Amino acid sequence: MAKSPAKKASAVPAVSNRERPNEPERYKATKEELLQLYRQMLLIRRFEEKAGQLYGLGFIGGFCHLYIGQEAVAVGLQSALNGDTDSVITGYRDHGHMLAYGIDPKVIMAELTGRAAGISRGKGGSMHMFSTEHKFYGGHGIVGAQVSLGTGLAFAHKYNEDGGVAMAYFGDGAANQGQVYESFNMAELWKLPIIYVIENNQYAMGTSVNRSSAEDQLYKRGESFRIPGIQVDGMDVLACRGAAEEALKWVRSGKGPIILEMKTYRYRGHSMSDPAKYRSREEVQAVRDKSDPIEAVKRELEGFKVTEEQLKPIEAEIRKIVAEAADFAEQTPEPDAAELYTDVLVETY
Amino acid sequence: MAIELKMPALSPTMEEGTLAKWLVKQGDVVKSGDIMAEIETDKATMEFEAVDEGTIAQILVPEGTDNVKVGTVIALIAGEGEDASTAAAPAPAPTPAPAPEPAAGEDGGPKKAESGTAKLVSDKAATVADPEVPAGTEMVKVTLREALRDAMAEEMRADPRVFVMGEEVAEYQGAYKVTQGLLEEFGAKRVIDTPITEYGFAGVGTGAAMGGLRPIVEFMTFNFAMQAIDHIINSAAKTNYMSGGQMRCPIVFRGPNGAASRVGAQHSQNYGPWYASVPGLIVIAPYDASDAKGLLKAAIRSEDPVVFLENELLYGRNFEVPKLDDWVLPIGKARIVRPGKDVTIVSYSIGVGVALDAAETLAGEGIDAEVVDLRTLRPLDTATVLESLKKTNRMVVVEEGWPVCSIASEIVAVAMEQGFDDLDAPVLRVTNEDVPLPYAANLEKLALVDAARVVSAVKKVTYR
Repeated sequence: MAKSPAKKASAVPAVSNRERPNEPERYKATKEELLQLYRQMLLIRRFEEKAGQLYGLGFIGGFCHLYIGQEAVAVGLQSALNGDTDSVITGYRDHGHMLAYGIDPKVIMAELTGRAAGISRGKGGSMHMFSTEHKFYGGHGIVGAQVSLGTGLAFAHKYNEDGGVAMAYFGDGAANQGQVYESFNMAELWKLPIIYVIENNQYAMGTSVNRSSAEDQLYKRGESFRIPGIQVDGMDVLACRGAAEEALKWVRSGKGPIILEMKTYRYRGHSMSDPAKYRSREEVQAVRDKSDPIEAVKRELEGFKVTEEQLKPIEAEIRKIVAEAADFAEQTPEPDAAELYTDVLVETY
Repeated sequence: MAIELKMPALSPTMEEGTLAKWLVKQGDVVKSGDIMAEIETDKATMEFEAVDEGTIAQILVPEGTDNVKVGTVIALIAGEGEDASTAAAPAPAPTPAPAPEPAAGEDGGPKKAESGTAKLVSDKAATVADPEVPAGTEMVKVTLREALRDAMAEEMRADPRVFVMGEEVAEYQGAYKVTQGLLEEFGAKRVIDTPITEYGFAGVGTGAAMGGLRPIVEFMTFNFAMQAIDHIINSAAKTNYMSGGQMRCPIVFRGPNGAASRVGAQHSQNYGPWYASVPGLIVIAPYDASDAKGLLKAAIRSEDPVVFLENELLYGRNFEVPKLDDWVLPIGKARIVRPGKDVTIVSYSIGVGVALDAAETLAGEGIDAEVVDLRTLRPLDTATVLESLKKTNRMVVVEEGWPVCSIASEIVAVAMEQGFDDLDAPVLRVTNEDVPLPYAANLEKLALVDAARVVSAVKKVTYR
């Protein structure tokens, strides 16, 4: 069960004279914005359900980590970024972040099936997808590596003085990797423009946060580096968006890095091969019933008098997009054998 | 009895230095801890403290003297109750004494421990000009250290995306003084001191390369890069392939590699074979300053991630470097540094000097050895190696590193697979012993490759 964010009243800053960002406010979305967020989240949900299905049918191999349950995080945060200047990097649970950036579901799905038309020409797979066009830098399979790499992207933003911000996502499990803290230290030392997003979905594979983390309030993990942290309800897309706005304000004003701990939940196992015996069926069901991020947006839309009936065409459209992506991914050819040897190096020596 | 003050060794590899300045004069009374002189090594100016108490009886080496060998008597101190003037009477000549032999000193003092690495550092250079150097080019003597610095400086002047980061690269001027002067010229934005955090800054550098910059990441030594090897291999080397050619990672990881002097097992290792086994990486390990400069410039310009392996023992050695505005060498090309017809000796990095030493000895015995410097370990220039084998029909590989799964092993495999018909004898490997490098001077000497072993291997393959 997702813990609710720490209450304001109990959030006593460790050092009171240190400047802190404001408590973020829930984003006040227009009806159109809300519909767009709904659409993106639904696309991720349906896409991932289809990916799970194709995995079961043998079209997708290896590791495949689904984002179901966490949709509000990537959609809410990335809706606040400037796609022309800001960069995004994440770990291996990366399908959602790409879809949230508007990358064509067809080339993502075709990568999952290992086809030449895949975004990495079939040579990356689920965990290794990139889009330099969208400033999406992967897609990294080593837990925590994206934190140092993302810090390097932030370094490049500062070096180039391009006004961009890097957003580096990592999980509660990665939050215990040493290089995360090496990166925190340099990011604050050099005041790098980076938002560290801890997607706390409660489980690092099968180990719960409480069983792995001496300090389980992960937003506090930057304190000894003087990096402020904010805990956010990651099941509420408007809370996510609001937190992103506040974090961006902090980072863009040159105050250095900031940490957002997104309290969220993954419905599926760690990967497709995870039977998820470490938690009860009831626990998962309770989150689905009470905290589902997409159902929450629907309720929000009711405030704008948008009925379930009116959402049906969106649902149908999304299903069509996903079905087409799946058909494409199943039918488009595998890479040529000659592709085995391409792109090992850029230059010829 | 006057106390002899000897020129001190101020680093593990120092053999001589400049007596820059005396801070005491004849007749001064000194006590332990007083600073008596400033001594310049090839890396830095160091202060020389008194250990003994007494009166300076005589200064034997005047300030400003260059090339004072370690162990030379530079002054005499008269102890308590001694007459400083008589103590000076049997003054030895002020000419620098030869470097002490490792055997018991002539005064019967303790045996000076000589590092096994001394025999690795050859004074030989290529006997033929690099064919890449245009005829008539003026050559200038430059240390390996300066050549590397010049390469970085030139590329930084040419391309604003190039920057250097690492431990002590800026304000300290480089742990081994390779980045000397860069901070002054390029400022703190482009010459960046990092915390001691190899995994972290290797990742930051790699991320910056992905973000469009051209980082040069210096490791104080490649031994510490094991902390960072995940980013070198998993993040830098594989990304271009995994992204279907979308995401490039033009970065140079550089620093000293291989055995240094008497620093023990954890600080003495050759990572050439490790990195050379990884598709997606370029691995360069030059011997002389000319190759180091030309190849480092090429590495910085490359669109691919490069591991650039230097050698600390060679940093202070002078070599001829062509005086050209833009001396850039092709990556992936070996070089014949000594032509010969009887046997091919293949090596790289510091091993090339060992091979050249052996070749000279062999020449005296009527064996004409060709020495091939691989220069780039990945991609390996097998064509040049095989061409030489075709000519000599015999081959020995010399490597300052372990024998198992080595570059030498790879060359042997290439010779078997592609040069079998040209072989008149089995290819032999001459490498370090298959043990962690020991500290004890005698054991260290036994563990490291040397010219004598190369000579005997060559005699085996030439049936002499």
